[in-house]
Amino acid sequence: MTRIARLAALVVCWLAPGAARAQNPSVILIQNATILTVTHGNIEHGSILIRDGKIAAVGADIKAPDGATLIDATGQFVIPGIVDCHSHIAVDGSVNEAGPAVSSMARIPDVLNPEDINIYRDLAGGVTTANILHGSANPIGGQTVVIKLRWGQPASELPFQGALPGIKFALGENPKRSNFTPPPGVPQRYPATRMGVEEVIRQAFTEAREYKKQWDDYNQRKAAGQPNLIPPRRDEALEPLLEVLAGKRYIHSHCYRADEILMLLRVAKEFGFTVRTFQHVLEGYKVADEIAAAGVGGSTFSDWWAYKMEVIDAIPYNAALMAKRGVVVSVNSDDADEARHLNQEAAKSMKYGGMSANEALKLVTLNPAIQLGIDNRVGSIDVGKDADLVIYNHDPLSVYAVAQKTLIDGQVYFDRQRDIARRPEIEKEKQALLDKEKKAAEEAKKAEEKEKQEAKPEKKPDKKKPAKPQSDASDAGVAGGAR
Amino acid sequence: MKTTRRMGLAAVLFLALVFALPLRAQSGAKALAIQGAKVHTLAGPAIENGTVVIRDGKIVAVGAGVQIPADAQVVDASGLEVYPGLFDPVTTIGLNEVGAVSATVDVTDLGDYNPELVAATAVNPASAHIPVTRASGITHVVAAPGAGGFDAQGGGVIGGQASAFHLAGWTMDEMQISRSVAMVINWPSIVTRTFDFPTLSFKEKPYTDAKKEYDKAVNDLSDLLDRARHFAQAQEKGSPAHFQRDLKLEALVPVVEGKLPMLVIAGEARDIRNAVEFCAKRNLKMILADGAEAWKVKDLLKEKKIPVILGPAERLPLHDDDAYDRPMALAAELNAAGIPVAFSSFGASFSRRLSQYAGTAVAYGLPHDEALKAVTLNAAQMFGLGEELGTIETGKLANLIVTDGDPLEIRTQVRYLFVKGRLTSTGNRQRDLYEQYRKRPAAAP
Repeated sequence: MTRIARLAALVVCWLAPGAARAQNPSVILIQNATILTVTHGNIEHGSILIRDGKIAAVGADIKAPDGATLIDATGQFVIPGIVDCHSHIAVDGSVNEAGPAVSSMARIPDVLNPEDINIYRDLAGGVTTANILHGSANPIGGQTVVIKLRWGQPASELPFQGALPGIKFALGENPKRSNFTPPPGVPQRYPATRMGVEEVIRQAFTEAREYKKQWDDYNQRKAAGQPNLIPPRRDEALEPLLEVLAGKRYIHSHCYRADEILMLLRVAKEFGFTVRTFQHVLEGYKVADEIAAAGVGGSTFSDWWAYKMEVIDAIPYNAALMAKRGVVVSVNSDDADEARHLNQEAAKSMKYGGMSANEALKLVTLNPAIQLGIDNRVGSIDVGKDADLVIYNHDPLSVYAVAQKTLIDGQVYFDRQRDIARRPEIEKEKQALLDKEKKAAEEAKKAEEKEKQEAKPEKKPDKKKPAKPQSDASDAGVAGGAR
Repeated sequence: MKTTRRMGLAAVLFLALVFALPLRAQSGAKALAIQGAKVHTLAGPAIENGTVVIRDGKIVAVGAGVQIPADAQVVDASGLEVYPGLFDPVTTIGLNEVGAVSATVDVTDLGDYNPELVAATAVNPASAHIPVTRASGITHVVAAPGAGGFDAQGGGVIGGQASAFHLAGWTMDEMQISRSVAMVINWPSIVTRTFDFPTLSFKEKPYTDAKKEYDKAVNDLSDLLDRARHFAQAQEKGSPAHFQRDLKLEALVPVVEGKLPMLVIAGEARDIRNAVEFCAKRNLKMILADGAEAWKVKDLLKEKKIPVILGPAERLPLHDDDAYDRPMALAAELNAAGIPVAFSSFGASFSRRLSQYAGTAVAYGLPHDEALKAVTLNAAQMFGLGEELGTIETGKLANLIVTDGDPLEIRTQVRYLFVKGRLTSTGNRQRDLYEQYRKRPAAAP
């Protein structure tokens, strides 16, 4: 990013959420809306009362308490905030620590970037909660974090308090590095087969168990009062795996093919851990019974396919088929762009597989909340849950629906009308910054020239201009158009 | 003489019968009639309870009180709607099977200037993408060599010649609409920051170096076009003694003569402006593809009558400080300025999202009827196929879809599909897998 672009981005950062924080009303009543509660049907001409960031009441006849801020949603639709179970936004730099095959010491929560513009863009697409994952370069990848898209807040305010942390696992082509060539001089990394991927995971959990034994032994001796004990050496790669074994950290495993899905279920059984979600899981429909029996969630794409060999059997009916066999299914984005229209992606399961509208809506609200263990807080419009809501101008499962307002914890973090109204102001400020930058550059150039002249007063400035290359590029206005 | 002619006629009739057999086997009758549907011709108001009659691959009658020929196979479409088949005008369909498997990808050849390459040569008629894409109502596409997209990295300045074809047929000869509809140009851009996939990191280079590379690429393109013009002149003047045939220059002759459009892929305003001025100066016909920042140069596009083929309406804005809905609102803004707009997937596996892009543009201000044209007629006109495709009118090719609703809406199903007048299956590999696995007996616990 150029300095100018960075400055301009900063302007957007400051302006967009500003008013939301300034007002911060504690009691809000959304009125006259069609409310898609997800858990208990749709309410026509309904109201939602929000108090201190929580949903206080939902129904057809709720009176506005004194001093409540009213949001008129006549003709509009309200759904629970969209939960994206697979996202890589708000990460500063690469999401892949691709060096070792086990990179569980790498921590996504340490590199959250609250100024990533994609937070705001996804918020404008109705996303309120996102599972920020490490990449898929390793059989055992980095630590992950669930965030709320509290645009304008510092990194410390993004994590979803109370959500269990996660760890990324990955199976298939990515961890075996099928589609990546190491730079010259860098050897290929083990594993390079699906057999190797399994063994990397088994090896890591074998070590984790040994490590746990050492600590248990140490703690036992310590408790018994044994003197002169030396604690085991801490291993930052194995500690997250101990949390997995203790059920304190969720595994979100990237996978595609049916065979590798069954492989991880076998390994999980062997070592006594559970997998929380299979991510992508594009062949999940082939082994849906096995996934359902293991109680693992499936978080998939709507209609992606053919981008690599292991997705050749991907079908857009996957979500519907898995759901029919009892798997808790979500549709995710894996992409800042896709996250902007997850409501549309959910609707595709109505076309492919005949899901009902409510079941389709669950794919991006309640089901991902269940998968992330936060369904007591978000995912539906129920009293007591966080007031994370999206107001659309049309049926949210229609291609014509545009998010008008997105609320998190009862605060309006995105307001389409306000966004539109601010554009001239932002444009003006951007122009002022550009002008300032240009002026500063001109002055610096002048000062430099003056310095040169003063340094060599005897030499006259060269009158001859350097010959300009007569290129088509320059006559096509390249120089003038440079930004 | 008379006998010979009669025999010749008989032979022709016989041959016609033989060749018509597969058609008859598929459709069952020589004429086809779609009856009882609401017909959206896109050439006038929609016709309630309308009939479309198809014969020999073409539309022969459209209207409310049309007589159905006695030999016609009738498709009852009561309660359904008929639209022209959708057209995805910049794809890699047939050239790209599995993105990451290079053996299955024929999108981009080596070298920066490949005007002699023609997409039609490499389009695989057995590609699984064809029936999958067709199931979403897309009846014909253009494959553009060298065009980048979600599925494949584009490359080179001149990618090759784009080919238009129907999404049904046994061979490319049967499928082909036009072997060459445009010359694909990846307009050079001043790029200082590129993503390096093997190391998963960004690589930077100084602006001056990037600018030098840009100037060289544009100069080389200019030079090649000049040589093509000289080649055309020499050819016209009866080829002097030492005239040597040059296949690259020969391929560029229709371009420099302004007959074959340049499909110029450019996103940034600076690049679009440079490309438009470049083409205007040389009297080249231009279609702008991508056009992410076309809104910044809409006056110029309007003045020079340059139509635009836009990428996915929902994609991310080009710059951090662009309005969040910039790409969604782009089509509406260009349309309001009087610039013809079409949508395209620029890929293969996402071609089926074409109508979703148009629908999203409607949500952000594009009139619905214009959005329909943006996935049917507009691109056909851009490629000079507007007389054959894009609307439901007598004399046009019968590429039609029968739907249970608005084709831009996500839930809408395509019930029947006609390609070149033949009732064509919407079945595909993905539906087969669905049918196969939904019948899997419950797994043993």
